[in-house]
Amino acid sequence: MDAKKESEPTAVKNRTTVERTSERELVVARIFNGPARIVFEAWTKPELFKRWWVPKSFALSLLSCEMDVRTGGTYRLVFSHPASPEPMAFFGRYSEVTPHSRLVWTNDEGGESGTVTTVTFEERGAETLVVMHDLYPSEEALDDAIASGSTGGCSETFEQLDELLVTLDANVGRS
Amino acid sequence: MVQYSQTRVDASFAALSDATRRGVLEQLGRADASITDLAEKFDMTLTGMKKHVGVLEQAGLVITEKVGRVRTCKLGRCRLEEEAAWIERYRQLWELRFEELDNIVEELKRKEKVDGRKKRE
Repeated sequence: MDAKKESEPTAVKNRTTVERTSERELVVARIFNGPARIVFEAWTKPELFKRWWVPKSFALSLLSCEMDVRTGGTYRLVFSHPASPEPMAFFGRYSEVTPHSRLVWTNDEGGESGTVTTVTFEERGAETLVVMHDLYPSEEALDDAIASGSTGGCSETFEQLDELLVTLDANVGRS
Repeated sequence: MVQYSQTRVDASFAALSDATRRGVLEQLGRADASITDLAEKFDMTLTGMKKHVGVLEQAGLVITEKVGRVRTCKLGRCRLEEEAAWIERYRQLWELRFEELDNIVEELKRKEKVDGRKKRE
């Protein structure tokens, strides 16, 4: 994990990086052009949070957003999507809130063993490095999350493999 | 991520530069097989086949699993490619969110400046 820490600044300015750092962990990093107190505010004030959490180009809409941002406080987000007949609720608890530097929350809609998200805000001059760390309960849980969001990349993979073979035949010849 | 992919591609090219290894992939595309099966099919020693499978495994093209005394090989590419594609889509989602967050940060900074000026006046 220490080696990873050193590589975090590879979050090139204004570029979001996502890395699976272990079987159970996913890390998102991004630098923002503003002080930590402002970036933190945008993550913790519901009226600001709901303006950026759902990308405008998505069919998803955020019906309600309740956030009691303090250690032990809870949150509840309700979304609607044209493909889903029922609204979807996501909820959990803030297990740690340290103003301007650290937020930890749990995802409880899946029962006891949900994902734990830790967001750190690190001020660097006029900028802030935000690192969001998702810890899944197990390797299987992260694999499942990936599999459920995947659209069966296998056939595509074989096409890529074919392309690779074609290139090889052209470049290397038959060995 | 870019570096990771590049290494993967290099390893894949190296792994695929050998006719036997390409044959092994084709074979595994039809059905999983043990190293012994593969060695027989390709008329090789067990040690020789183990080396080939090792190269394919390092490139992420094959995964092996030992059950009892038998090591079974299967194609491993699908899962890795799927994961890379998912991570890229996930990254794009966060990029979209963060672009909007950038706007909010700018807005709050401007507001702070104006408020600061008002206070001084």
